[in-house]
Amino acid sequence: MNNAINDPQTVLVLGGTSDIGQAIVAKLATTSLRQVILAVRQPDQVDVEQVAVGDADVAVVGFDATDTASHEALIADVAEEYGDLDVIVQAFGQLGASDLQDPIASAELATVNYAGAVSSGLAAAKQLRLQGHGTLVVLSSVAGVRTRGSNFVYGSTKAGQDAFATGLGHALHGTGAKVLTVRPGFVRSAMTDGLEEAPFSVDPDDVADAVVAGLRSGKSVVWVPGKLRYVFGLLRFAPDAVWRKLDK
Amino acid sequence: MRSQLTELSGWGRTSPTVATLVDTSTQELTAGGLAFLTSNRRGVIARGLGRAYGDPAQNAGGNVVRLAPGPILLDDEAGVVTVGAGVSLDELLRHLVPRGWFIPVSPGTRFVTIGGAVASDVHGKNHHVDGSFGSHLDQLTMLLADGRSRAITAASDPDLWWATIGGMGLTGIITDVTIRLLPIESSLCVVDTERVPNLEALLERMESGDHRYRYSVAWIDLVASGSGLGRSVLTRGDHATVDQLAADGHKALRDPLAFGPPELAAIPPGIPNALSRPAVRAFNELWYRKAPKEHRSFESITGFFHPLDMIGEWNRLYGSKGFLQYQFVVPFEAVDTLREIVKRVVASGYASFLAILKRFGPESGGLLSFPTPGWTLTLDLPAGAAGLGALLADLDAMVLEVGGRHYLAKDATTTPEVIRAGYPRLDEWLAIRKRVDPDGLWASDQARRLALV
Repeated sequence: MNNAINDPQTVLVLGGTSDIGQAIVAKLATTSLRQVILAVRQPDQVDVEQVAVGDADVAVVGFDATDTASHEALIADVAEEYGDLDVIVQAFGQLGASDLQDPIASAELATVNYAGAVSSGLAAAKQLRLQGHGTLVVLSSVAGVRTRGSNFVYGSTKAGQDAFATGLGHALHGTGAKVLTVRPGFVRSAMTDGLEEAPFSVDPDDVADAVVAGLRSGKSVVWVPGKLRYVFGLLRFAPDAVWRKLDK
Repeated sequence: MRSQLTELSGWGRTSPTVATLVDTSTQELTAGGLAFLTSNRRGVIARGLGRAYGDPAQNAGGNVVRLAPGPILLDDEAGVVTVGAGVSLDELLRHLVPRGWFIPVSPGTRFVTIGGAVASDVHGKNHHVDGSFGSHLDQLTMLLADGRSRAITAASDPDLWWATIGGMGLTGIITDVTIRLLPIESSLCVVDTERVPNLEALLERMESGDHRYRYSVAWIDLVASGSGLGRSVLTRGDHATVDQLAADGHKALRDPLAFGPPELAAIPPGIPNALSRPAVRAFNELWYRKAPKEHRSFESITGFFHPLDMIGEWNRLYGSKGFLQYQFVVPFEAVDTLREIVKRVVASGYASFLAILKRFGPESGGLLSFPTPGWTLTLDLPAGAAGLGALLADLDAMVLEVGGRHYLAKDATTTPEVIRAGYPRLDEWLAIRKRVDPDGLWASDQARRLALV
């Protein structure tokens, strides 16, 4: 259960090796936090001692984003074992190549980033509704707000995930379950290692700070940094020629 | 029986969750209504008027039961009343006061139910003399997890009795309560008010003089610092006798037991946090300045016991993020810790417009009852304040270090470890609960948060 200042006791991270996912967990490590569950593709490769969670316990479970049929049982089992899940973070995802020549890899990317987000998001929603409380944190991206030629496949999966998450939030209104959609700009992380930084770049810690602030105040959408909300308010409507120029 | 999915929170309006809210009566429940409730694996908790500050009267995903008021049966000869658990102290006082009786213990608001008063083992300004609510009960009727209704007394089932008084509703649904009453001659109180310049003077005056009064409480300005640290207004008194009114030539002599508590104003919904630091500073200054240096007066029951009841929905003053109330008790000898906590709160700058200091007498015997001999301080804090969690964790540690504890009816941020350290009889309580509720039917958000279930 969250306490009165919305500090959670139990947090499940889907995509538990993600830099942003772990940064969020570290920022949620107050005296209230008791249990963190990292759902990862290769559980035997996670060193729980390396996860910064204060005095809380860390558990690791196997999770495959593409195995959509397994998601509902996985989340139900985790809740059975560890009790109510106060926060579920959807932190998995891949960048992919956005190659005009590779339809198969692009479809796989869509399966991980979108289909996996839908099935695990609905599985999370089912558990949170049953509990009557809890928040699903969805790590979307500004890449989905307006897709760019240079990473349009990734952008399109994020657009789908974002639309799914905000719509799910509306569908859950009144059930006690909430959705927090997070729209970071360029995040310096393992996923973007080697890429040229975009303007308004942030670190995983900045994203985590924004998530924690959003959880505390019960927001439904946060942008990181916050000013991207206004930047994209304009960019969304920039002429195509201008948008392409910005993507150089 | 009427039920609907409802978002519920406590009086502090923090951490709301959604549950099935069931409005029912004792008759319906005992006639098999419990079977309907047990179908939900998330359990059941009773809710009164929702005046606990945090989450004890909510049960996310489960059932929350509200009992219809029920009868008030006064035995005028014996001075006892048997009353439905869903009856509020407000209704009860409107029945009792004109007949010359008062409740043995009154908390700071009339808007709590009798069931809630027992489950929280509430205290009032007379704790140093009379103890808590649970010290004045003859009998409880409860609906237990096995679906049976049972009347118990302290002698017939001491385990269940002392697990239920202060037990936060986690041993069963209290349906009827028999209370021993206090006879009164008038609905007025004779009150001595003193303005006290600092904390040291206050502690000294309370220590040396509280025993002369049935009721005693101090309001502390938690904005003032330096030489004015802990400056306060101390009010102490008792029920006024007819002779006292006569000596004063008081106009209430015509109808000394008249009782008609007013509501002067109500706070509308949706206002932003009105209790900013400058606002609280100004309010506290005014409150302190307007108090007389030393003065005796007659006050109404509402004015003396329940001043905030005159402002409807006053919890809305803190805006949408809500607030929390922090109440702890430390032993009498832990004055240094008390002073240190006052300093920390003042220095934190989280304005508190309602800080109350009071001395507790002996314990009632409730295994999870809060009052234990010592100083108890209560303060309000806005829930949205940055860094509040860290401050409260520090205060928790300071309280526990000297053997103090926290009040479950106010708690909204402590942890299982903090409660375990503060309540040495917790394991006894858990064992009794296990016996009377082996399948864990009774559950609340607070119980889950604090590992009480």
